[in-house]
Amino acid sequence: MTQTHVTSRGEVSIRDLSKSFSLNGRALKVLRNIDLDVASGQCIAIVGASGSGKTTLLRILAGLEAADSGDVLIDGAPIHGVGAERAVIFQEPRLLPWLTVMENVVFPLEIRKIAGDDSIKCAHRYLRLVGLTDFADAYPAQLSGGMAQRVGIARALAVQPELLLLDEPLGALDAMTKMTMQEELARIWAEEHVTMVLVTHDLEEAIYLADKVVILPRQKGSAIRTVEVDLPRPRDRSNPGFVSLRQSLLAEFGLH
Amino acid sequence: MAIVQSEQRDAYRRVQYEPSVSAALAGKTVKSLTRFGSRYGVLIAFLILWQIASRLGWLSPAVFPPLDAILTALWNGLAGGGLLDDIAISLQRAGIAFSAAVLVGIPLGLFMGQVKAVERSLDPILQLFRQTSALALYPVFILLLGLGEASKVFVIFWATLFPTLLATIGGVKQADPKLIEMARVYGASRLSIFRRVVLPGAVPSIFVGLRLSATTALLLLIAAEMIGANSGVGFQVMNAQYNFQIPLMFAAILLLAILGLGANYMLERLQGRLCRWNQLNR
Repeated sequence: MTQTHVTSRGEVSIRDLSKSFSLNGRALKVLRNIDLDVASGQCIAIVGASGSGKTTLLRILAGLEAADSGDVLIDGAPIHGVGAERAVIFQEPRLLPWLTVMENVVFPLEIRKIAGDDSIKCAHRYLRLVGLTDFADAYPAQLSGGMAQRVGIARALAVQPELLLLDEPLGALDAMTKMTMQEELARIWAEEHVTMVLVTHDLEEAIYLADKVVILPRQKGSAIRTVEVDLPRPRDRSNPGFVSLRQSLLAEFGLH
Repeated sequence: MAIVQSEQRDAYRRVQYEPSVSAALAGKTVKSLTRFGSRYGVLIAFLILWQIASRLGWLSPAVFPPLDAILTALWNGLAGGGLLDDIAISLQRAGIAFSAAVLVGIPLGLFMGQVKAVERSLDPILQLFRQTSALALYPVFILLLGLGEASKVFVIFWATLFPTLLATIGGVKQADPKLIEMARVYGASRLSIFRRVVLPGAVPSIFVGLRLSATTALLLLIAAEMIGANSGVGFQVMNAQYNFQIPLMFAAILLLAILGLGANYMLERLQGRLCRWNQLNR
C-alpha cells in the first residue's frame, strides 16, 4: 500500500471541474464543480443516467476536451491535452481497417517512435494477454466484435499507460461476450497494476470491476456520490453482498 | 417417400464426404465450367449470334461484317504495322494526359480535402468546369494550343482530371473522425494523422476516381482523334468508315475496347494489391 503510494503512478485528482456546452446558443451545464480522487492502481467506475456528463468527464481526463474551469492533476501535474501516460479504450474498437491486428497494436508505438523490435515484442505480449496471438495477421474485418475490442484493449495496454480510460468499452457487445470480457478486464487490471477509470451504464459491470463507484447526479448542482465496493476479488456476481449493492445502486436511479 | 428421400440425402452425403479422387476432379471441372459459363455465356452467345447472322445474311455483311473478317482485318493491320503506329500514338496521347491528371488530381485533391477553406472556395468553380463538356472546350484549346498534339492531350487531361480530383477530395473528406481521434489520443501529429489514417482510408475512393478517369481518357481520346487528327486508333475508326473499309473500322473499335479493358484490368490489379483489406469487407 505504502509502496504504491510512494511511486504514485496514475494518481488522478480532479478539483472543482466544470464544463458546459452551448446548445442552440444556450449554455448547457454538463459538469458542475466535480471533485474526485483516484488512487494509484485503483479502478473506479463512473455511472450515471445518459446526459449526466460521464463521457464528457472521461474525455476531459483523456485530454480530448478542455474543461471550462477547475483542474485535472495526474501524479500531481496538471494535464494539457493528450498525454503519453494515458490511453483510452472507446466503445468501438476503432481499429485501422487496412492494418493487421499486429500492425494495429504496434500503431501507437510507431506514433511514439518506439523502436521496431521492442514494439513488436511488446505487441506480442499484449496480444497474448488478450488471447489473440493466433490472429496477429488477421485484418479487423475478419474479427468478431469481441475480438476486435480485445485488439483495442491490447493496443491501449501496449503503450503501458499509467492511467487507462475506458468509455463504455463493452457497451456494444452481446451479453455473453460482455461477461467474458468483464472477467478479462478484471484479470488484466490485476496483472497490469494500471489505474483505471471506467465509464459505464451497466451497474453490474461497475460493481464487478471497480473499487469505487462514482454516481453522477441527474440534477445538476447536486453532489456526486461515491460508493465503496468492499467485496473480495475475483468478484462473484451471486455473492449476497454483490446482489444487495446492485439493488441499492439501482434504487439510486429509482429502479428496482 | 420420406424414407427414399432420406436415403437419397444420405447417399448424397456419402458422396460429399467420401469422394473418390476422380469424382472430386470431375465435380471441380463441372463447377469451374459452370462458373465460366455463367460469367461469359451471354458474351459468347452474342459473338456466335453475330457471326451466324452476318454469314447467313440476317444482317447486312456490308455494315456488320462477320467476326472472322474483322479479326483478319485486325491481324493484317497489326502485322502490316499500320495499326501498331496508331496504337502507339493513341497510347501516348492518353497516357500523357492520364498521368498528368493523376499527378495534378491526387495531390490537389488531398490538399483540398484537408483544408476546408480551400475546398469551400474552389468547389463552385470546379463544379462549373466539371459540368462544362470538355469537348465543347476543345475549340478553345485548339485556339490556344494549335491543332497539334498539345490541344489533344490537353482536352483529354481536362476531362480526365475531374474524376480523380473529386474522388480524392471525397476520400479525404470521408475519413473517419473516430479513427482520427484514436490517433490523437496516442499523440499523433497532424502530419502522421494524415499519413497513417486519412490517406490510407482514401485509397479505395481514389481508385474509383482513377478507373473513371481511365475510361474518360479513352473516351476523349477517340473523340479528339475523330475531330482533328490524322493518326491514332480513333482516327482509324473514322477513316476506315470514310473509305468503306468496314472490317477495319470494327477492328479499330475492337482495339479500343481492348485498350479500355486492359487499362481497367491493370488498375483493378493495382487496387487489389494496395487495398487487400477493403476487399475483405465486401
